[in-house]
Amino acid sequence: MITLNKIDLDQISLAYNSSLEKISGRIILCAGTACVANGAYKIRDRFLEVARAKELSISMEIQKENSGDYYLSKSGCQGFCQMGPLVTILPANILYTRVKPEDVEEIIDKTIIKGELVERLVYKAPGKETLCPTPKEIDFYKKQRRFVLKDCGIVDPEDIQEYISRGGYKNAEKVLKKMEPEEVCQEILEAGLRGRGGGGFPTGRKWALTLKEKSNKKYVICNGDEGDPGAFMDRSVMEGNPHSVIEGMIIAAKAIGADEGYVYVRAEYPLAVARMKKAVNDAESLGLLGNGIFNSDFNFKLHVMEGAGAFVCGEETALISSIEGKRGMPSPKPPYPAQKGLWGKPTVINNVETLATIPLIMNMGHAEFRKIGTENSPGTKTFAVTGHVANTGLIEVPFGTTLREIIMEIAGGVTDNNGNIDNSKFKAVQIGGPSGGCLTAEHLDMPLDFDSLKSVGAMVGSGGLVVMNEDTCMVKIAAYFMQFTQNESCGKCVLCREGTKQMLNLLNDITKGKADHNTLILLDELAEAVKAGSLCALGKTAPSPVLSTISQFKEEYRAHVEDKKCPSGNCKDLLEYKIVPELCKGCRLCAKKCPSGAITGNLKEAHIINTEICTKCGICFDTCKFKAIVKE
Amino acid sequence: MSTQAALNFNNLCEILEKHNNDPAKLITILQEIQEVYRYLPEDIMTFVATSLGISPAKVYGVATFYSHFALKPKGKYVIKLCDGTACHVKKSTAILEALQTRLGLNEKNNTSSDGIFTIETVSCLGACGLAPVVMINEEVHGAMTPELALKEIDKIIQQEENKQ
Amino acid sequence: MKKTLLINGNEIEIAQEKNLLEVIRKANIELPTFCYHSELSVYGACRLCLVEIEGRGIQPACSTLPEQGLKIKTHSSKVRAIRKITIELLLAKGGHDCTTCGKSGNCQLQKLAHKLGITHIRFKKEKTISIPDSTAPSIIRDPNKCVLCGDCVRMCSEIQSIGAIDFANRGKDAMVLPAFAKNMNQVECVHCGQCARVCPTGALTIKPEIDPVWQVLNDPSKTVVAQVAPAVRVAIGEEFGFPPGTTCTGQMVSALRNLGFDKVFDTSFTADLTVVEEGNEFIKRFTTQKDLPLFTSCCPAWVKFTEQYYPDLLKNLSSCKSPQQMFGSVAKKLLPGQLNIEKKDLVVVSIMPCTAKKYEARREEFTKDGIQDVDFVITTQELARMIKEGGMDFKNLAPDSFDLPLGFKTGAGVIFGNSGGVSEAVLRYVSEKLEQKKSESYEFKEVRGGDGIREFTTSIAGHEVKMAIVHSLGNARKLVNKIQAGQADYDIVEVMACPGGCIGGAGQPDYSDQSIRNSRTSGLYKNEKMIQLHKSQENPYLQEVMHQLSGSGEEAAKQVHHFLHTSYQTKKRIIKEGIEITSGKLEISVCFGTGCYLKGSQKILTTLLDQVKRDDLQTRVGIKATFCFEKCGKGPVVSFGNKIVTACTPEMALEELKTLLIENEVFS
Repeated sequence: MITLNKIDLDQISLAYNSSLEKISGRIILCAGTACVANGAYKIRDRFLEVARAKELSISMEIQKENSGDYYLSKSGCQGFCQMGPLVTILPANILYTRVKPEDVEEIIDKTIIKGELVERLVYKAPGKETLCPTPKEIDFYKKQRRFVLKDCGIVDPEDIQEYISRGGYKNAEKVLKKMEPEEVCQEILEAGLRGRGGGGFPTGRKWALTLKEKSNKKYVICNGDEGDPGAFMDRSVMEGNPHSVIEGMIIAAKAIGADEGYVYVRAEYPLAVARMKKAVNDAESLGLLGNGIFNSDFNFKLHVMEGAGAFVCGEETALISSIEGKRGMPSPKPPYPAQKGLWGKPTVINNVETLATIPLIMNMGHAEFRKIGTENSPGTKTFAVTGHVANTGLIEVPFGTTLREIIMEIAGGVTDNNGNIDNSKFKAVQIGGPSGGCLTAEHLDMPLDFDSLKSVGAMVGSGGLVVMNEDTCMVKIAAYFMQFTQNESCGKCVLCREGTKQMLNLLNDITKGKADHNTLILLDELAEAVKAGSLCALGKTAPSPVLSTISQFKEEYRAHVEDKKCPSGNCKDLLEYKIVPELCKGCRLCAKKCPSGAITGNLKEAHIINTEICTKCGICFDTCKFKAIVKE
Repeated sequence: MSTQAALNFNNLCEILEKHNNDPAKLITILQEIQEVYRYLPEDIMTFVATSLGISPAKVYGVATFYSHFALKPKGKYVIKLCDGTACHVKKSTAILEALQTRLGLNEKNNTSSDGIFTIETVSCLGACGLAPVVMINEEVHGAMTPELALKEIDKIIQQEENKQ
Repeated sequence: MKKTLLINGNEIEIAQEKNLLEVIRKANIELPTFCYHSELSVYGACRLCLVEIEGRGIQPACSTLPEQGLKIKTHSSKVRAIRKITIELLLAKGGHDCTTCGKSGNCQLQKLAHKLGITHIRFKKEKTISIPDSTAPSIIRDPNKCVLCGDCVRMCSEIQSIGAIDFANRGKDAMVLPAFAKNMNQVECVHCGQCARVCPTGALTIKPEIDPVWQVLNDPSKTVVAQVAPAVRVAIGEEFGFPPGTTCTGQMVSALRNLGFDKVFDTSFTADLTVVEEGNEFIKRFTTQKDLPLFTSCCPAWVKFTEQYYPDLLKNLSSCKSPQQMFGSVAKKLLPGQLNIEKKDLVVVSIMPCTAKKYEARREEFTKDGIQDVDFVITTQELARMIKEGGMDFKNLAPDSFDLPLGFKTGAGVIFGNSGGVSEAVLRYVSEKLEQKKSESYEFKEVRGGDGIREFTTSIAGHEVKMAIVHSLGNARKLVNKIQAGQADYDIVEVMACPGGCIGGAGQPDYSDQSIRNSRTSGLYKNEKMIQLHKSQENPYLQEVMHQLSGSGEEAAKQVHHFLHTSYQTKKRIIKEGIEITSGKLEISVCFGTGCYLKGSQKILTTLLDQVKRDDLQTRVGIKATFCFEKCGKGPVVSFGNKIVTACTPEMALEELKTLLIENEVFS
């Protein structure tokens, strides 16, 4: 067997950087899922086409010799999905937003050849005229601290050399050559790193526990089964900087004494699977994975496995079952994976973001790392901000940042149903997905970290942040999450399987006006039982959206149950459409359109809706030009 | 037909061989088989079970646990409607209802009788910035409305009719 | 220093218990569970054994380690509330119509609902979803009553190594199902019924034959005879308040007569017959060193298991019918004449500890002219139910004894009911026969014991005889695999599918505790001590019956063989096995078992397919890829119509194809 373990990272770096120096400029195209969906590849093709026509040398790869004058590369998700497709021109670092293939020629003519701005593609803050040509001027980026995501959006995720040229695998080398497993665990422990996947368990402690176990075989697993609806940070890291995850896993393996690992990627992420697989192959062929890495006696074999569509596999024992080729059903703990994990061997399971943070900590040292974030939650956290905000996308902030900063500044504020910014419409933010809870205006200034969120019944979870405006019904939101958990419950334990189903029944009763006082009592009692008694974290946290909306929006629940009204006008069964006689011009339009013939009235006289017949389809409401029809 | 069956069977053997008939690889094996057959036929699953030395009930259990496995042939066009939180708060349900009504399908019966369409909801496609999102086969369509979604359907129907 | 913990304020010592639940039970607190079984792996799904631990909150006792100083409350208000809600949730889900349920009275869910005082269910009741599957001869599966505790699934896969049922679907749709939601009789279930034994509710129950038995008992034109298996007598008492292991033969016979059985016989008699037949078979094989080891064949679940998974071992199975079937064929042959009735009016009813016997009685091999040798099989539980229905005061019935001659047995026939018993009985015969002298003692205590796999070597007439005794099919599989891998070698192997042997059969009264099995086993040995004779060969009626069966002269041996022996055949594990590649009436099956595959079955398949395509015969010839299960060294194996070709090559395959086509006049 040929040993490729005498890899010289500096040499690769040097070669790559000198190639970079030879080119006159670089065009980086965001190739995250959202930008690709918006036509990023069409833009790429257009760049090549126009370049050919103009005899401009644009190359798709960076070569040692004969590099083109310009290097066109793709990057992972840059986070600013709302404004995609994104094109960055280096060295000026100009960011063009919402680029279309027809814009490409102008970009080449003006920016690339002449160094001028194409102003209409430059970002302007909503309602303002100031141009923000580089990320530094854009609020969305300016207020973030891009740490784990720093290189996502810059490096070509499919080019291992670029990763190495930015210091990649240097930390793995240091750890393998110079550090003992205990030292590595200690370093991470002192850094205070907590698992980014949900509960926030200290990573260093997890490692030390696994290191302590005596076994001839141990495993490291990267949990990339990110399934929270409305969360996609792990995907962005795997797609945008897969080598950082691999490097983190090599360090983890050294720390616990493992020689084999798995990256388990959610099936809905084909691009992440492909990029992780390529990254593993590339790392293998350079000898960064395999036997005798960096000339040490350390071996590490890494596999990439694609999930098959089960949210519960994000739970570590279920994930292990799935890797073993079984139904992804959680098993009771103890034994913990640290004691008996994959194939009964001690196993560490870390989340993608956690692993990607590891090389950064090893690089800067724990003391520097602790300067970011808060005392008990050091470092940064990525969040996927979605819902009723101006800028949906992927962001990264230090722990301790407030919701107000995230929503009002980075995300650009709350939007109404028509997409206009109106911060007064803010109602709630759902954090942590189906396991998390809701926060309201009173929490806007609370510094976010693991503990503060837990104290108000929410959780960091994987980091989904869904902003909701006033027109959202919180009972319906609770029902939505319950529907989700119920669909994703593995069905093993009674409380989760039957409990989520019955909680959903009760919530549906409430939105349909079939509830009474006892419904709420029963719902609360059931939610507490499911929370306390379920087998795994999915079940234990399933009631969180219910419990948290009940406590934050008591009045809204009361209105549904007692008054049979939905204050936000979302629950069809609780609505009544009425015609305000003063506003009705008697135009007959609504009566003509009503499919059930519930509207009567003579021409030019105020009409009436017969509520007995009305099916609440809402057509009249949308039809009336005079806003004479109201729902209440 | 028979030639296709033989080709598929050859593929099946290759897949099993590639994974060393290792029962731990069951999920990967089923995924690859589904690529070949577009779903998981019963006789194939029995064959796989016997090859891997596990019971057919176990294979069936795994195949029915994960939502990516189809036990019935899927349509030529698989419409995945994202019902992640972001899409949901932006009214993805209305799109689903419109599509289902148009194609006469529902949650249980989700493939059209002509085998052209399958409608599925997925928990999150991870393209929340473009909510609501509909994916038709591999193509992602963002910022959808019921009207836009129906237009896409009509386009496909037109295409299919032209082929005939 | 001894470790202790506090349960409801009482200090309890921690000994070797694996989990908190066992410590709590040791403290005489009956914590409810559905999914905890000491014989199975910890599953943690039913959430009923939750306890409150100071400082740790609510935790399941089954998967918590007993640690020094834990302070546990088993019935705190929180725990009670959760437990109650859990039961309510389960009751809201299924079709729990207690009064008409086969499990009523023994149902854990019913008992618990009663204990917790649940009088109404606050949740929305769901409609029942599916129709019970009663297609199998032994087991009825009613998914509406399933609480998904998984005991049956783990029993079938962990203990029996079969996996005929498993979880399917997910979440609220999760169910326990045979593969592809088929019926139980279409899959590899061996009918051992252990799944039903551990099922806490009525989701898996034994298929009763009580009604047809009552019917024949009340039909004056029928003569109904009973045969009672050995294991029944030491267990039936449990249903009437006797301690486990109490021999209740007398009361049982009396009850049977009361119920209207015309004759009451003992399967132990034919067990004696089996011993002699199997002993002779063994001696023949042992002296010629052919088809060893000899595997016992009394257990129908094991026989089906072998037919499904180890067809190459079928020649090693003893050709003796099981005692039940020997009885059936003896009775149907001799009794009509003796009782002066027509054969069609004789009804043989077995009372068995076993559910697989229901399946065995229905096997084609044991049916002649549409009449089964054994007409009905009821289990110990079913008999108890009939006695209860008959209103008999079992405890105080005057003991009665079996009818002769088919009710006479030696101790050897009695110990057939427990693991090791068959081996010991056969040893008692074989040793005397080989050594050609009577021996003083009769006990071979070395073969006794509770371990799942027991090995033992004895010396008989200067020969070493290597034996193995296994119970549970999982252990049988382990042992067979060892033998096939050349890591073990025996002369005779006894297999019983149920843990503990027949005394642990699924037709026995419900039990959860292994100690009950032990009591029943020692009950049988005690029972044997009460019997005068201990060696089958000493049973004076054997010769008489043999003679009546066969007459004398040349034909006698053949006749005996005809009545007392049987044959076996490969069985498919699941219907519709194999992949159809072309569909036509002329069937060609290419084996893709590991052995055949490695020797080139794919090349043969391709060659055949190419030829069929060239001749445009895709609709006439049906080529299948299948498994024959025979790991024969003679692969690849291909069948052309009824002809089986071993060591097939592509050239041979083409020749055979041609022959097949000519024979069927496709080609002239």
